[in-house]
Amino acid sequence: MAKLVYGKDGRLLFTKEMKKEYTILMPGMLPIHFSLLRELLVLYGYRVELLDYTGPEVIDTGLKYVHNDICYPAQLVIGQFIHALQSGKYDLNKTALFITQTGGGCRASNYIHLLRKGLKAVGMEQVPVISVNLSGMEKNPGFKLTLPLMLKMIYCCFYGDLLMLLANRCRAYEVNKGETDRLVKQWQEKLISEISNPMNLRYAYVKQNFSRIAADFARIELKLEPKVRVGIVGEIYIKYAPLGNNHLEEFLESENCEVIIPGLMDFISFKADNRYSDAELYGGRKIARMVSKLLIDKLDIVKTDMRKAVSAYPQFEAPNSFSHLKELVKGYVGYGNKMGEGWLLTGEMIELIHENVPNIVCTQPFGCLPNHVAGKGMIRLIKKNNPTANIVAIDYDPGSTKVNQENRIRLMLSNAREQMRLQQEQKSESKTQEKETVSVS
Amino acid sequence: MGKYFVGIDLGSTTAKVAVLDEKGALIRSDYARHGAKVKETVLEMLRQFGDILDGHELAVSVTGSAGFGVAESAGINFIQEVFATAKAVNTYIPDADAVIELGGEDAKILFLTGGLEERMNGSCAGGTGAFIDQMATLLNVPIDQFDDLAAKHDRIYPIASRCGVFAKSDIQPLLNQGARKEDLAASVLQAVVSQTVSGLAQGREIKGKVVFLGGPLFFFKELGRQFVEDLKLDDQSAVFPENSQVFVAIGAAIGSRETEPVSYETLIDKIESAKPAAMAKSMPPLFADEAEYEAFKKRHASHSLPRIDPKTYEGGAYLGIDAGSTTTKLVLITEDGGILYDYYASNKGNPVSVIKEQLYKVYDICGDRIKIKGSGATGYGETLIQSAFGIDRGCVETIAHFLAAKRFLPEVDYILDIGGQDIKCFKIRNDTVDSIMLNEACSSGCGSFIETYASTMGYTSAEFAKLGLLAKHPVNLGSRCTVFMNSSIKQAQREGAGIENISAGLSYSVVKNVMYKVIRAANGDSLGKHIVVQGGTFLNDAVLRAFELEVGRDVVRPAVAGIMGAYGAALYAQQTGCTETGLISREKLDTFTHTSRMADCKLCGNGCHLTINIFDGGRKLISGNRCDRPNGISKNKGLPNMFAWKYEYLTALQPKKDARRGRIGMPMGLNIYETLPFWHTLFTALDFELVLSPKSTRQLYVEGQHTIPSDTVCYPAKLMHGHIEALLKQGLDVIFYPCLPYNINEKTGDNHYNCPVVAYYPELIHANMDALQKVRYLTPYCGIHRPHGFEKRFSEYMHEEFGIPRIETVNAVKKAYTAYHDYLQMIKDEGARVIAHCRAKGIPMILLAGRPYHIDPEINHGIDSLINSLGCAVITEDSVYHLAGKTKVHVLNQWTYHSRLYAAAKWASSQPDIEIVQLVSFGCGIDAITTDEMRDIVEGAGRIYTQLKIDEINNLSAVKIRLRSLLAAVQGRQKRA
Repeated sequence: MAKLVYGKDGRLLFTKEMKKEYTILMPGMLPIHFSLLRELLVLYGYRVELLDYTGPEVIDTGLKYVHNDICYPAQLVIGQFIHALQSGKYDLNKTALFITQTGGGCRASNYIHLLRKGLKAVGMEQVPVISVNLSGMEKNPGFKLTLPLMLKMIYCCFYGDLLMLLANRCRAYEVNKGETDRLVKQWQEKLISEISNPMNLRYAYVKQNFSRIAADFARIELKLEPKVRVGIVGEIYIKYAPLGNNHLEEFLESENCEVIIPGLMDFISFKADNRYSDAELYGGRKIARMVSKLLIDKLDIVKTDMRKAVSAYPQFEAPNSFSHLKELVKGYVGYGNKMGEGWLLTGEMIELIHENVPNIVCTQPFGCLPNHVAGKGMIRLIKKNNPTANIVAIDYDPGSTKVNQENRIRLMLSNAREQMRLQQEQKSESKTQEKETVSVS
Repeated sequence: MGKYFVGIDLGSTTAKVAVLDEKGALIRSDYARHGAKVKETVLEMLRQFGDILDGHELAVSVTGSAGFGVAESAGINFIQEVFATAKAVNTYIPDADAVIELGGEDAKILFLTGGLEERMNGSCAGGTGAFIDQMATLLNVPIDQFDDLAAKHDRIYPIASRCGVFAKSDIQPLLNQGARKEDLAASVLQAVVSQTVSGLAQGREIKGKVVFLGGPLFFFKELGRQFVEDLKLDDQSAVFPENSQVFVAIGAAIGSRETEPVSYETLIDKIESAKPAAMAKSMPPLFADEAEYEAFKKRHASHSLPRIDPKTYEGGAYLGIDAGSTTTKLVLITEDGGILYDYYASNKGNPVSVIKEQLYKVYDICGDRIKIKGSGATGYGETLIQSAFGIDRGCVETIAHFLAAKRFLPEVDYILDIGGQDIKCFKIRNDTVDSIMLNEACSSGCGSFIETYASTMGYTSAEFAKLGLLAKHPVNLGSRCTVFMNSSIKQAQREGAGIENISAGLSYSVVKNVMYKVIRAANGDSLGKHIVVQGGTFLNDAVLRAFELEVGRDVVRPAVAGIMGAYGAALYAQQTGCTETGLISREKLDTFTHTSRMADCKLCGNGCHLTINIFDGGRKLISGNRCDRPNGISKNKGLPNMFAWKYEYLTALQPKKDARRGRIGMPMGLNIYETLPFWHTLFTALDFELVLSPKSTRQLYVEGQHTIPSDTVCYPAKLMHGHIEALLKQGLDVIFYPCLPYNINEKTGDNHYNCPVVAYYPELIHANMDALQKVRYLTPYCGIHRPHGFEKRFSEYMHEEFGIPRIETVNAVKKAYTAYHDYLQMIKDEGARVIAHCRAKGIPMILLAGRPYHIDPEINHGIDSLINSLGCAVITEDSVYHLAGKTKVHVLNQWTYHSRLYAAAKWASSQPDIEIVQLVSFGCGIDAITTDEMRDIVEGAGRIYTQLKIDEINNLSAVKIRLRSLLAAVQGRQKRA
């Protein structure tokens, strides 16, 4: 058994020795992205397991071991961890945990500490917690985010973003039900098996894969009838994790909507941009600015290639560049607004509206601090500048019920349908002679 | 026969049906409470309509929050209720500009001009019908008389209506202070009005022709009147449709025009065949069978006190009265602690008259044989009762309960009391009440929630509890506050849970709420080994059983669980050596009178709402005051109060007269309380007149309330809207409110952030206050944590904005830093001076630790004066944190104000003459992290941690109890040492 080693700050370290023997658990959030990341980490010699249990015990456990006024995502993630550790499935002396840490002024930077408090309360202090972050916080001898690993993680996440984007589009309009999901599965498996060979994570190859993926999805037969298009934005965990948002995506699909979820990688660009903007706003070492700029540029290159792959097909809509997104928030919030999702959240709402997705669910944990400003706080101005905007803000927490949430979302959908009907009436009046298939509006 | 259009509106508490003919005329409509039996109620209503419906083709639509489930499984068209409303309004009142619709649990505003825009209450907004119902129960007014009562009001009290729990904590003390029910009823309605206008409208003005809809507005005419007055409408512009309670159903009927018609029989069949959705999540039953329940009852019956027959007893006796928040408890005991007489009942909003009646009874019982030697009072109404009836001793609630619990379980180490609205728990260590926990505003009210819920379902709370005892599948309703529970129940009903399973589920919820929300215990062992439970809610066997199951051990419920406070008060009178009582005599009871009137104290800026109670013979008691001044006593005058000192210092900073560069306004709130000396110096040096917004008041808050987009943000942030409005009113055309994500690095933590709300609120203000477009509203990001960078950037900024030569700004910035550091040092010096002074005079001190903006009296509601009135000096966290140095904590220590808290707490917990009280603004997300850490620091040092949650509520009764308990516990400790 590995020796327990503590750092200067008194924190239990994840040692090199542990790397060999320990199983590391990672929480579920984005199924496709995370399954690829897991595979990648395995390639790098970590034994990683992805938690996928989402039963009611998760939140029950979370409520027991986390302060009940803390954000809902913390309760869920910590609940999922402790529930897994209590399940008896894992040897507590050979298990570690992965948790991300953004390091901003938001409460989320404290999840890792709350997790440790929870572990202490439940008597599992021997379980090391590994912080995954880009800010150089909490180093561990047994885990290193090396540059090559980081680059590969970036590629994997772009794969995830691409698959999510194409799947959401195709699923809404596919002629043969289930075809999209089968293709997603197929590609997910293919990518997972490819990752075991590092040669397949060279960028030239990844880039080719973007095109291959897009081409495969382009073969799915679509019937582009008019549908209500709904964007999901918000606090990152609640936005993506079905466990957090009560399966919002499924619900919207069952209401016959096309769902658009902005990708994960803009969030990473956003976090990199924060360092850059901080230096611009307040001064600081040039080197920090340059390093951030390098990362932003790299991400931009990959995103551009992904966009190119997607825009080769007229039935798909490519996302905008990060710099375009950044341009959009001018007049709303400053680039110094960086805690949580910060200006990115405002930007994503505006982007969606500009891209003809005026219907938006803005999700956040109950009492989410940054979203008071960047989410709920901006809706009024966004609506004023974009009269078609149809945004509903939904709070999520252990006590809110699906009934109330769905009733409010339905109200937004009724509005959307009414808007769509009006638009179509106008259209049919203006171009009666045209007999083309109606493009999605 | 022609086609009919049927609209069915299923709300949270009522069902409405409307039938229209082909011309759109209303043929018939009906309205009924469904008591959770949605399907049955609709069927019954439709059957009653059979005579007119049968034989017609029926186009049907369902709407309403409880309607979706039924519509879906019956295969009937569903229309979202806001849309149904819009349809009806468009048809009948086409020139309407806005609609205000209040329902059982929903509140909505529709704006019709310039495109349909609608607002619905969020999940934490209780200003609705259910809220009024709950308040009527609290006031003990039948709901049908509520309106008449409200019409007769003289004055309106500010009452929080965001949620029922808040309102209760506002109303209860007013009731206990003797406020008139007429005024309270009207205040409740007014609270709904301001909640709707401010909370819902979210910055959009409600004007033009306004239509008022929904049950509450139909039944409470006074509510409508107050809306009309608040919105400044006239007879033409305020529309109260005749059929307002079925208006939405009519809208649904109109909306069914395009649906496929069915026959009457088919409709009935469809609804009848509607299946409830999947069964709700269930929990283990409370009792497996009747036998298990019997054994349980027997076990608890053994924890009893001897009952002494007063007819045969001769000797001394002690009287104890617990004037609680919703109930009054009274007990008469023998010198050995046996019970001669006890009384427990709802105080019906007037404890004085209830007790007067009871005292007659007590004197009857006593006759000549029993001599009352002493009396004690405790609870919310303690002072009122004490001076009304000449009760000998006043006793803090916590002490009373501890004394009583010891009688049953001498080794007791944990007491849990769930009353009507409070949950109190305290640990006993070394024979002293040690750590006290009370429920925070958001989770309270659970005990009386069961009662209120039972009565809306048509049961007494005892009947309701009994239903749950043998339920097989108690529903899992979660553990949040009552507003949430209401919707959990709604969902459970939709999923087909029966009343018995809901009853049992509610018992679990109350218990879980206590365990995980209030006590935050991981398991039963961490509470203690010898647990005594009491309070009215534990009289409910279902709750008691749920608690035992949850903590995993048997607990003691004294057979007199409901009257423990009173019992303890009687014991207190006895143990503190009462032998001759000053209790009002039987004869004097005959001439006893009590009237009360309200007044606003004008002795200082706090503006306390005073209740002046006048008893026979002109005896007077003033309550509602924070300090002693209205009573003319000033023994605690002049005790050091650093809150007041800091506040006076900051508000006395004078703007430069005849400034060359004109005026700049700054809102006096949030972090400006910290950085004002910095900005003041900076702008003065640049020859600006820096104008601050006026002192915060309730009125100032109300002025800006309509522009608040997020209802769950903290009160200090909400106040900013009022401050900006005030600056605009002062005619300023430049307003400066910078974004400061960072503070100056004080090197006390891992980082030096502000919280996201403080950091970015200037941007929120910009996006939500249209009036700012007329002025220059400047919100630059200022990195004052990097002096050189700031100097450079800010001089650039001032050059661009005002054409000021850069060198001038550079010099001004330098002065600003010096002034700011001087200010921080001055606070530390004052702290040292105060502490030395207190030590020399032996004055106990309280470290009142919070945020810089907590010194605003509108935010702290005068807690600092209250502490002074209890004989303690007030010191601040920023006057002592430097004494501890960098403090190691178990969380990421990255916010400056919070780093100060940790450090100040660490230092103070090593000082025997300083107690620590933390102020927490409701809705402060960061404090979810800091409070636990503070508790660890303080309790880790063997000291008592006290946390006070503050919001817009301005009633201090609960705060007073906590502080008195703290001081009592401290005294107990000192005595032991």
